[in-house]
Amino acid sequence: MSGAEAGTQPVTVLETPIHLDYVFTPGIAQSIFLRGLARGVFLGQRCPTCGKVYIPSRGSCPVDGVATDEVVELPDTGIVTTYCVVNVPFAGQAVEIPYTCAQVLLDGANISFMGLIQEVPADQVRMGMRVEAVWVPPDELGPSLASVKYFRPTGEPDALYESYEEYL
Amino acid sequence: MSAPARRPVAVVSFAQARNVRREASRNEVELLMPVVSEVFAAIGASKDDMGFICSGSTDYLVGGPFSFVTALDAVGVWPPRAESHVEMDGAFALYEAWVLMQEGAIDAALVYSFGRSSPGDVTEILALQLDPYVTAPLWPSPVALAALQAQALIDAGEATEEELAEVAARNRSAARANPNAQVVSDASPEELLADEYVVAPLRRHALPPITDGAAAIVLAAGEKAREWRERPAWITGIDHRIETHALGCRDLTRSPSTALAAERAGLFEGPPVDLAEVHAPFAHQELIVRRALELGDAVTVNPSGGALAANPVMSAGLIRIGEAAARIWAAESERAVAHATSGPCLQQNLVCVLDASDGAVVGGGA
Repeated sequence: MSGAEAGTQPVTVLETPIHLDYVFTPGIAQSIFLRGLARGVFLGQRCPTCGKVYIPSRGSCPVDGVATDEVVELPDTGIVTTYCVVNVPFAGQAVEIPYTCAQVLLDGANISFMGLIQEVPADQVRMGMRVEAVWVPPDELGPSLASVKYFRPTGEPDALYESYEEYL
Repeated sequence: MSAPARRPVAVVSFAQARNVRREASRNEVELLMPVVSEVFAAIGASKDDMGFICSGSTDYLVGGPFSFVTALDAVGVWPPRAESHVEMDGAFALYEAWVLMQEGAIDAALVYSFGRSSPGDVTEILALQLDPYVTAPLWPSPVALAALQAQALIDAGEATEEELAEVAARNRSAARANPNAQVVSDASPEELLADEYVVAPLRRHALPPITDGAAAIVLAAGEKAREWRERPAWITGIDHRIETHALGCRDLTRSPSTALAAERAGLFEGPPVDLAEVHAPFAHQELIVRRALELGDAVTVNPSGGALAANPVMSAGLIRIGEAAARIWAAESERAVAHATSGPCLQQNLVCVLDASDGAVVGGGA
C-alpha cells in the first residue's frame, strides 16, 4: 500500500444524481382523448379491423396494428369490472380512507380505465356495479383525467358477469 | 478450422420515417406504425408472415418506462408471437434476428427501431451510457468526447479540419437525392470551414443533426426472400465487436472493433465491395471507419448522406443496412458493406456484408 492510500477507506457508496427533463408528446390519438376531457366528454377510437373501441387510444389497435382513426364519443356511464379498497394512509393522500379505486368499463368501450368511486361506502362497491362520471365544474375542466371528479353508482341493476368477464 | 455453413438470409424490405428535427404531434407508436405498414406493403407481406419480431430503442429518449412494449402496438401482436428487444440501435436487433434465422425454424423476421431525440436533451441522455462511476458523473457531452477523438486524429497526422469539411460536404450533397434526409447542402468544404467551432476541432458541419425517426426491415431466408424480392440483398456475413468502456484505455484514432467485425463478417474475403453505408455521426469518424474497413477510393461511401444528413438515435445504424440493401435491389451495387456504431467514440461496431448473390453465403464466423 502506498503512502497516499494508507489510512484511507475503500469507497463503498457513490452517489451520482441524475436529472433529466422531457417535453412529453401524448400523440395525436391521446391528444384527442385529453381535449375531450377538457370539454367534459369521453372520446375513444375504434379499430377499423376488429371494431373494438379503445379509451384512451394510443393511436393503434394493439391486436391488429392498424391506426384507430374513427373517433367515438362514449357516454358517462359504465360498469365496475374490478376494484380495490384503499385502507392504507400514505403521504399526499387526497381522498379520505377507506376509498375505492375501480376499473371502469364505459358503455361501448372495449377497455377499462381506472377511476375513483365515491358517494357509496367502500364495502358496498361490487363487480358489475353501474356507475356514472361526475365531472368537475365547467370552469375547472382541463385536458387531464382530473376533469373526472369521480364515478358514482347510478342505482341501476348490476351488469351480468358474462357481460364483462372478458375485460377482467 | 472449417467454418459452419450459413443459411442464406437476405434483407428484402426497408422503410423509414422522414427524418425531422422535431416530430411534434405524433408519439412513438404513431411514428412507427406507417413505417411498419410500408415495410410490409412494399413486398406484399403481413405481420402474420413474420416468425420473429425484434426491435431496438431506448426508453431514455422518450423518458417513459417500457416504451418498447407499447411500441408493439404499432405491429399488433395477437395472436402472441415471438418477440425480442435490444436497448441498442436496430442494427443490433437485426443481428439477433439473423442469428435466430440461422437455426432454420423461421423464414422471415421483422426488425424495427425508433427514437425521438426531441423530447429530452439527447446530449445529456447519451452521457448516461458512459461508465457510471468515473465518466458519467462528469456529464460529458457526446460532442466533447467526439472532439477529443477528432483532435487525437489530427494530432496523429491522420486527418485535417479540411478533410472533415470534405466528409461533411460530400455526405450532405449526396443527401440531396435522399427524400428522407434532414440536412442537405451544396456548400463546398471551403465554405463549411467558415463555420464556428462547436467544440474545437469540430465545427458545426462535423456534427450530426438531432433527429426524430424510425425504420423497419424485413429479413427473409432462401426461397421466401426470392418470392418477395427479385434481387435480394443476401447477408454474407455479419458481426459486431465492442471495445472497453474506459475511454482512456482506447486508441481513439483507430477502430479495432470495426476491423475485427469486418474480418469476421468476411469483408476482406471475396470480391471487394463497391458501396459502403457507414454510420459515422461525426465527420472524423467516417475517416476512422473507412480505414478500419479498408475501403478504397473506388467505393461509393454513403450515397444516402449517412448520419451527417440524418441521425435518428437507435435507427441510424439500421438505416445504413436498409440503404445499402436498397442499392443491391436496384442493381446499383453487387456487393456492399453496412456499418453501425453504438456507444461513445465508436465504442461498439457492427459490420454487415451484403451481396447480390447468395452463392457468396459461405462459412466464416465463430
